Amino acid sequence: MMKRQHISAVVNGDPVDFLTDPGATLLDALRDDLGLTGSKEGCGSGDCGACSVILDGRLVCSCLVLAVEAEGRRVETIEGMADGSTLHPLQQKFLEHAALQCGFCTPGLLVAAKALLDVNPDPTESEARYWLAGNLCRCTGYDKVIRAVMDAAAELRQVRV
Amino acid sequence: MSHVEFIAPTSAEQAAAALLAGGAHARPLGGGTDLLVQLRSGRLPAGLIVDLKRIPEAIGIRQEGGAFVIGAATPGAALSEHKALGLAWPGVVEAANLIGSTQVQGRASMAGNLCNASPAADSVPALVAARATCVIVGPGGRRTAPVEAIGVSPGRTSLAPGEFVLEIHLPPRPPRSGDAYLRLIPRTEMDIAVVGAGVSLTLDAAGVVTEAHVALGAVAPTVLLVADAGAALIGTKVDEAALNALDAAARTACNPISDKRGTIEYRTKIAGVLARRAATIAYGRAEKRA
Repeated sequence: MMKRQHISAVVNGDPVDFLTDPGATLLDALRDDLGLTGSKEGCGSGDCGACSVILDGRLVCSCLVLAVEAEGRRVETIEGMADGSTLHPLQQKFLEHAALQCGFCTPGLLVAAKALLDVNPDPTESEARYWLAGNLCRCTGYDKVIRAVMDAAAELRQVRV
Repeated sequence: MSHVEFIAPTSAEQAAAALLAGGAHARPLGGGTDLLVQLRSGRLPAGLIVDLKRIPEAIGIRQEGGAFVIGAATPGAALSEHKALGLAWPGVVEAANLIGSTQVQGRASMAGNLCNASPAADSVPALVAARATCVIVGPGGRRTAPVEAIGVSPGRTSLAPGEFVLEIHLPPRPPRSGDAYLRLIPRTEMDIAVVGAGVSLTLDAAGVVTEAHVALGAVAPTVLLVADAGAALIGTKVDEAALNALDAAARTACNPISDKRGTIEYRTKIAGVLARRAATIAYGRAEKRA
């Protein structure tokens, strides 16, 4: 029998405890142990970005992080993005610009876009496109996604002023 | 990845002991962007994973004298955030930051890139041209080796059982020094180098090259340090004649394969072109760092 390990971490600001297999990914733990199914597994190899989360302030693919590595770390997922029933401006702009169709990539794109705006509130379109190059979307063709991100960035800058 | 064991030691010596005890299937974990993919695909057999990120020396960037010490598990994103490192070694930072996506940069380390031992590893030619060394910890203690001594063939390293890279050291940088790394890929992002070229050089007060190192990636089973290519720049102001000699030396050193990314002829030609362009950029940077 494999030894399951006890992990304590902070997910979306809340302390969490869970038991996990040493070979399980953070994505597995989020979805299966913590019930946070917003993060998706697209490829399982770090190519598609659908599982993007923010780990101790850095954008990562949760499919390429072991759950046991999260001991004592802070994790931010799509579930922590809205403020109660009030959508984050990025989420609102994705709706307004129709920056999604099937929606599978959307949580990862939103988390990645939030990570961008956290460090760079005024990105150029080119910077936004490069930043999001690791988030694949087979529906939108990306243009609406970029428009939504640029619009949300502009709105957030207004809020800050 | 069903039968993996995991430990996260807090000292380098504990990690070396665990790796030795774990045998052939024990692996050090830095960012995991290669390791976890290889374990999951079955390319590597599952065994013991030894996480290096709780070892203080394995994380972060420290300045010691004029040298930079980069912990083995330091992610690429931390390199791009370090202003002094970017000023001293822009080519090394650019090379590391070419690897993968923003998400990959949040995890992937240069030491991992080195020990994955791909001949197309983007950070390695830049590190070799920089004359970087690594501190290796093992059952017998610590030793230092040049970066180019690690890879011996695709996917294989010279590290002995129980050994792992703890730190990468970039040497003190004299004034009027510059470096650059260029790679060719058929798109703008998220691909593996067809060819990579790193150049590092130092000028005297008159703008004449006094020291130059050239390294090539993806044109041989390992990253190559091309002594003749560096020598072609020394004593010159990187004029057309020097660039022609550099180009020829780079092409002569190539021993590539033909695959879906490029033919032998194409890779050889491009190695010369990228070496020329990287040398020109490095020279321009050196002139500005008076």
